Amino acid sequence: MERIFMKGCEAIAETAVRAGCRFFAGYPITPQNEIPEYFSRRMPEVGGTFIQGESELASVNMVYGAASAGVRSMTSSSSPGISLKSEGISYCASARIPMVYVNVSRGGPGVGSIQPAQMDYLQATKASGNGGFQMMVFAPATVQEAVDMTWLAFDCADRDRNPVLILCDGVIGTMMEPVQLPELKSDVELAAIRESKRSWAAVGHKLDYNNRGWIQPGNWSTAVLQHQNEEAAALYASWQKNDVQVETCYLDDAQLVVVAYGISARVSRSVVEDLRAQGKKVGMIRPRTLHPFPYETIAALDYGRVKRLLTVEMSIPAQMLQDVELAVQGRCPVDTCLASGGNLIRKQQVRAALEKRLG
Amino acid sequence: METNLLVAGFGGQGVMMLGKLISYAACDNSDKKITFFPSYGAEQRGGTANCYVVISDDDIGAPVGDRMDDLIVMNGPSLQRFLPLLRPGGNLFINSSVVKEQIARDDLHVVAAPVTELALEMGNAKVLNVIMLGVYIGYTEVLGADLVEQTILQKLGKKQALIPLNKEAFARGIAIGEAARA
Amino acid sequence: MEKIYTRTAGIRPDVISGFCPGCMHSTVIKLIGEVLEELNLLDRAVGVLGIGCCGLHMEYMSYDNTTAPHGRACAVASGLKRAAPESLVYTYQGDGDFASIGLGESMSAANRGENFTVIFINNGIYGMTGGQLAPTTLLGMKSSTTPNGRIAEEHGYPMHMCEILDQLTAPHYLERTSCNTPQNTLRTKTAIRKAFQYQMEGKGFSMVEVITSCPTNWGMSELKALDFLEEKMFTEYPLGVIRDRG
Repeated sequence: MERIFMKGCEAIAETAVRAGCRFFAGYPITPQNEIPEYFSRRMPEVGGTFIQGESELASVNMVYGAASAGVRSMTSSSSPGISLKSEGISYCASARIPMVYVNVSRGGPGVGSIQPAQMDYLQATKASGNGGFQMMVFAPATVQEAVDMTWLAFDCADRDRNPVLILCDGVIGTMMEPVQLPELKSDVELAAIRESKRSWAAVGHKLDYNNRGWIQPGNWSTAVLQHQNEEAAALYASWQKNDVQVETCYLDDAQLVVVAYGISARVSRSVVEDLRAQGKKVGMIRPRTLHPFPYETIAALDYGRVKRLLTVEMSIPAQMLQDVELAVQGRCPVDTCLASGGNLIRKQQVRAALEKRLG
Repeated sequence: METNLLVAGFGGQGVMMLGKLISYAACDNSDKKITFFPSYGAEQRGGTANCYVVISDDDIGAPVGDRMDDLIVMNGPSLQRFLPLLRPGGNLFINSSVVKEQIARDDLHVVAAPVTELALEMGNAKVLNVIMLGVYIGYTEVLGADLVEQTILQKLGKKQALIPLNKEAFARGIAIGEAARA
Repeated sequence: MEKIYTRTAGIRPDVISGFCPGCMHSTVIKLIGEVLEELNLLDRAVGVLGIGCCGLHMEYMSYDNTTAPHGRACAVASGLKRAAPESLVYTYQGDGDFASIGLGESMSAANRGENFTVIFINNGIYGMTGGQLAPTTLLGMKSSTTPNGRIAEEHGYPMHMCEILDQLTAPHYLERTSCNTPQNTLRTKTAIRKAFQYQMEGKGFSMVEVITSCPTNWGMSELKALDFLEEKMFTEYPLGVIRDRG
């Protein structure tokens, strides 16, 4: 299969097109501008629609509208812009509208910095808007993984009728790597996908009060709303059972285990390999899905042998640490190795943190 | 085997393209892993521009390594800023038309090439990055010169008129690099 | 016995109006349903509802709809109509939704000439939240957040959305109507029909602004509210065609 050298943002956009995304709306913000720019060139070639919205609020709501019509739709932004999108995301979650969005995250809080960071973890996994809804959150560590996860995200969104987030730090978004892209879905496949949503999509229906396209991001009946929320909760619970993606290495005999995702994970992984070559008993857990989080993998460690965990994150204060501690439940100390504000995690920093604990 | 390269200079010197051309050539002609990571100033033009290229036989961890094996500097400020990153025994390529500072280390291989002047001599200031790419390839031989030339012509040859110019620029760079190696 | 009037199929057969007495939402909703039925568009229609009393439209309509976040109806409608160009798409928004929180979305969609219709219900006040100041509240008019009345120096002046949109190049059709008399109600229906026809002909952005009364939050009897409409609201917001490109 052909290897193409592509930037993370552009690879995500091209994969979305190949997965059948035919509507994109977005608003400029660094470091994700290559995504809307790519769609603006690409969408006309496949009969899709690109709109540069007047704001993040408008863009996400355009996607809410387009996805309500049954079209695979996407938006993207970076951290401060993602906060603005939370309004529309909450509406999509409530109305059970499938859509995919990408956060190419940067330093925060506030306007923060334009450099890469991992400071939106808690927002992404716990509360991406009002009302306690949840989403699957993918965290790619390579451009190829960004491709694979984007492809899968559209299927998960449609399967669950729920938003899916690709939380992609600024490094993965702006770096280039060789990738292999999936085949472009055919018009026949796209028509079938759209037809599968025809029953609920708001595009007009034969007059029948009980079977119209009625997109409801809430309900006047508290009883109905509670029932909908219970159904949503069951869906969220099913992810923990079926959809956790996690990569582990050297857990068989590790005494010190690194937990990291995205760019921090690939940097940490190379340090772990170096230390292993020196015979050090280090291992690693890399959540590929941040939600559902691989609690079980961490909980199942042999705490007679594992003396310590180290979470490596480009966030100060640490955020994923909270989930790691939830899984560890006090059975061993969990330390952190952190960078923030747009500073990259460096190998020497991770190595020093590990060596200190290896003694 | 992993090579960490940093290319640094001003915006407008073709720094990013230089890094990308090496990456494209490696992607198209080998099974190696490659990462290209750009770093810009906030300015659209005239600010600092640098890019990190890693070429490796194994999976690449950090796209921005702690230590560079090779450093290409196109201007003075980049030399000051990035020289400490170069590992002992590493290769330093400098645009000696612009970089006049003394190299404050003696544990490096230094290859100096007046690429700005050479480009002007050739009648097109823009090809300085292609000349420097030739110097780098000629000296390090990380990739075959013919493969890199193919990539250059493919990526920069959209205007037919520029093909001979880029070919010549690359060849001049290769000659300088090979001579320095000998 | 001959049947000379029946409820439009655009309204659910099993509901009665729950709107306050003297509110004109029920009239406008009926008109929209009638026009859609007459144009044979009920099975292609999608209403994008704003937040506030406008959102109650959902309870009565028999065809497809979605509810937008407060102020974002024009953004939702832009996405929906582009994704389903064969559908008839309209937004149904109040003055707070369209002209305050949604001003950016409203202006931008109109400026792009998006091919959908806005039905803009302007009663000069927030309804569902309890009678607060709207961008369209008249000078001197009391609201629950301007207890001494709207003061220009503090709250600015009433906004004339048709005239503001008339500054843009793209909109195709802008008309201001009311439903205070049978004649005006018929004019409103004609305007809605025209706007929908223009949309189906692909002519771009159209808006019908309907000046309505809110006796509950104006603190008036229904009949007094009709007088206020004629004497005050129409003076500030004159009825008529603002733009019709044909």
